[in-house]
Order: sequence, then C-alpha cells, then structure tokens
Amino acid sequence: MKYFRLLRVSLLRKKFRTALTIGSFAVAMFLFGLLITIRISFNQGVEVAGADRLIVMNRITFIQPLPAAYEGRLATMPGIKQVTHATWFGGIYQEEKNFFPQFAIEPESWRLMYPEFVVPDDQWKTFMNDREGAIVGEGTAKRFKWKIGDRVPIKGAIYTGNWQFNIDGIYTGAQRATDTSQFWFHYDHLNESPSMFYKNTVGWYVVRLNNPDDATQVVKKIDDTFSNSSYETKSATELAFAAGFAKQTGNIAVLLISIGAIVFFTLLLVTGNTMAIAVRERTPELAILKALGYSNQFILVYVLAESLSIAMLGAILGLGAAKIITLFGNPMPGTLPVFYLPLSQAGLGIVSAAVIGTLAGLLPAINASRLRVVDALRKV
Amino acid sequence: MVRVDGSGSSNSLISVRNLGKNYRRGSEEIHVLQGLNLDVDAGDFVAFMGPSGSGKTTLLNLMGGLDVPSQGSIRVAGDEITHMSAGKLTAWRARHVGFVFQMFNLIPVLTAFQNVELPLLLTSLNKSERRQHVESALALVGLADRMKHFPRQLSGGQEQRVAIARAIVTDPTFLLCDEPTGDLDRHSADEVLELVQRLATDHKKTVLLVTHDPLAAERAHSILHLDKGVLAEAQTSGSRA
Repeated sequence: MKYFRLLRVSLLRKKFRTALTIGSFAVAMFLFGLLITIRISFNQGVEVAGADRLIVMNRITFIQPLPAAYEGRLATMPGIKQVTHATWFGGIYQEEKNFFPQFAIEPESWRLMYPEFVVPDDQWKTFMNDREGAIVGEGTAKRFKWKIGDRVPIKGAIYTGNWQFNIDGIYTGAQRATDTSQFWFHYDHLNESPSMFYKNTVGWYVVRLNNPDDATQVVKKIDDTFSNSSYETKSATELAFAAGFAKQTGNIAVLLISIGAIVFFTLLLVTGNTMAIAVRERTPELAILKALGYSNQFILVYVLAESLSIAMLGAILGLGAAKIITLFGNPMPGTLPVFYLPLSQAGLGIVSAAVIGTLAGLLPAINASRLRVVDALRKV
Repeated sequence: MVRVDGSGSSNSLISVRNLGKNYRRGSEEIHVLQGLNLDVDAGDFVAFMGPSGSGKTTLLNLMGGLDVPSQGSIRVAGDEITHMSAGKLTAWRARHVGFVFQMFNLIPVLTAFQNVELPLLLTSLNKSERRQHVESALALVGLADRMKHFPRQLSGGQEQRVAIARAIVTDPTFLLCDEPTGDLDRHSADEVLELVQRLATDHKKTVLLVTHDPLAAERAHSILHLDKGVLAEAQTSGSRA
C-alpha cells in the first residue's frame, strides 16, 4: 500500500490524457458488454436447451406440418420417455412490429416437458379450464402491459381470423436466460377452428429421452421410422436445433467476435502508445527511482500497474454502463428474446481488459525496467 | 585521508584499484578512465575537478554502483561492488549511497516530504518512523516549513536542499554529489555548499563532490584533479589549512 501513492500520482500526472485513455477503454468495454448481451440473446435457446430433448420436424422445412398421429408412435418408441408438440401460430397483435412467438401447445405434456417455464398452479388450472385461455411470458406481458384476466385480440396471419385469448397465466423463467417472450394457447382451440387448413397436424414434436447418451440412435430410429412416408421427419437434439435456428440470422457469434477483436486490437495500440509516451516522458524520474534503489522488477511492476489500472478503471466504467443499460429493459423485445449481461460475462470483460492492459504496458514496462540509470540521467 | 597512489590501508571506506572504463563509439575504443587508484577514508570530503569529459561523472557513477567498470575493482565498506549482480547492486545502492544531482531530479508530482520519503519506502520502517526520519532530514536542510510544497513551488536552491535531504534520509555510507551547484545562482550555490560542508564536518558524512566550481571545491578536505582518465591529488585539507 505504501507504493500506492506513486501509482496514484502517475495516473493523475496528465489527467486529461489518463481520462481519455480510460475513456477509450470504457467505450470499448461498453461495446463489448452490449455485444455479449446481444450474443447471449441470439444464443439463449442454445444456452437453455435441454440435453435430453429432441426436436422432430418435417424433413422439408420447419414450416411444413407433421401428422398429429405421430405423437402416439413416438411415445411408444424405445428410448423415448415423453412427447409433446407445438404449432407456430404467427399472429399479429395490433401491429406487425409487435412480434412475439405464439405457439399452439398440448398443455399437460408441454408443462412436463419444459419445467424451466414456471407457471403458478392456480393460473395453470384456470388455463386448463379455459378453451380460449393463454399463458404468456412475463417479458411479453410487461412489454404490452398485460395482466391476468385481460382479453387479448390477435389477428391470424397463417390461421386467418380475429382471435381472442384470455390471459390466464404469466410464466417466469427458471433461469435468467429463459425466453419469457412466448405466448401459448390450446392446440385443440386451433385444431377445431375453421382456419386450420391441415386438420390434425402439428408444427413439430419435442421428445424427452430416457438417456441423453442415446440421442444419436433415437434420432436415427425416428427418422428411419417415418422415411418414405408423406411426412418424413428430420430430428435433432434441441441444442443442435437451437444452434441451427440461431444461425439462420447469420453467424452472429463470428460477427460479434470479429467486431470485438478489432476494437480490442485498436485499444491495445492506443493504450500501448499512451504508456510508451508516459514512460518516455518520465525516463529521468524512473532513472532516479532506480538510482535510489528501486529494482528493475519494481519498475516493471510499477509501469504495468499503471497500465493495468487504466484498463481496470475503463473496464469497470464501460461494463458498469452496459450493465445499467440492460437493467433499463429490453430495447428490442421483438428481436432479442432476452437482454441481460450476466456477471460471468462482465467478469470475462474484466479479464479481457486486464490482459489488454497488461499487454499494452508490457513493452514500455520492459524498456523502463532495462533503463540504464547513467544513460537516462544523461538525457535530462 | 585521500590517496591516489594505491597505497591506502585496508581500513579505507572506499578503495578503488586499477579502475578502467572504456566506451565504444563505432569502431573506436574510448578509454575514459585508466588504471585509476583511490582510497577514501570515512568522513572525508573529496572534491573532483577536471575539464569536461575527463571522467569525473563516470568515476562517481562507478563508485555509486550506477555503472560497471571495464576493469579494476571498487570496494566500499568491505563490499566488492564490481562483481555484484544488478539486483544486489540496486539493493547495495539503497543502503549505502546518497545521490545529489545537478538537476535536482525531484519527482514533480510529489511534495518535498514525499520526495524525501521515497528511499525510505524501500526499508522496513513503518509510516510514523518514516515520518520522523523525513521530518528530521528536512529540518537538517532547513526546509521543515516546506514539507508540503511541490518542487515547482520551491526555488532552485530549495529543490537541491530537498534532494540532499532525500540523499541523507536513509543515513547512507557516503554521499555522491555530481555538480550540485551547477544549476544554481551564487547565493543558492553557497547555501547548498554550506549544507554539504556541514554534513561532512558536523555529521561526519563521507562526501564525494564533482564540480567545475573552484569555490565549491575549496570547501572540500581534499581536491583531486582528473584529466584524461588519470587522477592526481591537487591539494589536501592539511595544505589548505
């Protein structure tokens, strides 16, 4: 601690320059925080995907249906513990920009299949007894200020007509990354509607395995069973399905990593240059410290600590600002199902900043530690 | 007592034998110091004079452990410093040498107190012990009332006195003063020289002073002339007395 004063006065010596360098770090780390938040949002399905769940969809495309009769056949296959299904509704609430995913589901098996969606029992009971009932995620409920008991009109886009639903329940996520933007209603309500042009079909099946290690065999078994039929299937683990779905919008992760890498590299150059100038300006002072008995190692650590302090202060400011932004809510709930910056990822940002700060200060620190006192004093 | 003929006793505080320092400039080898012998006893106040480029500062740097000789040996208080590793030499400097430079070389963002405290941070003294030492050193150089002043708030003479306080605060074995008055007006220079002289006479500090100023050298017990790398005794306190 007795050396802390030396570090403090070094940082405060050129206040404006230090502030600008810290500011560079803060802006970069703020951007990093937002990029991470967006990446998490795009990958949220991947992150919460059940290891023991498979998705079974039409082999042609995701939007082609499968017969409802497959449910029974799937349920009796070896290795499969449980089956449920869902159908994409694709309705519009007031305006097209108010997008949120709506599924017609088979309620009982759905709830068993997805324990990460938490619905209070009394609300679920009301939903089960209400043919026009719906359960909505708390994210969408907050977005449209819906509350239990509200009657919500949704205009059918695929299944035409003006649909009315009663909000019987609001689900929350068991995990922070759980998507709370979904809207569920009874499959029977959809199937019995005149708008249902493919009666007794569903969008896709979700099956739970007895043993996740059997996924490969069960996937093959399912697809083989329905091959050469009118509705061939394509099965995949939920993880692979979610990853593939996320990639439909392009390889977001690579794009974000590329942007982040460029920003970090620029930051490395900016900070490295700043530290090199700072050390060069203080060459006589560093020489005096060495003359007084401060070791080469001390000088190395001293310069590195300065660089690291700048990086840490910038990272804390930038990531703190990014965290605060995410606390204000999701600015694009239709596009980003979740919007939050986990502390683990903020920690990753801090570590990244520490690495950059260290690298940026390394060369000037080594040069400073190798400084020959007699040469440096001759330059005074 | 100072001797330059290599006949010094083993009790000398500083004993330099056959010291040489060469520099290479391109293909040319420059011999700055050659076969130099010197013995300085504890409590001596020695002034080194000579033309620019004669090797005065080089000699001081070698004796202060800031540079390493090309040949020869330097023993200080029984320690052979010429073969010490860089790390050991650094630690040795902290313990044995107090430096005073022409340009003062204070850290501009630290107060006088903090500048003087710098060498003490390397010791095991606690905060209050460090404070006592710093206050004593600043009082000794007559700047007890300037402790909280930054170098820019002090005159040149005061800055050099702070630098002297920094040099003596750890009670080093000897002081190396390289042109300490070279950047001062006559009045300030006299004040600084008076102080250095007082350290040598009243506090029995061993002082090695490099100077171009004959008036400054006059205050030393002995004056040595260095020319073309060869050291010669010019005058001793006995002959001047």
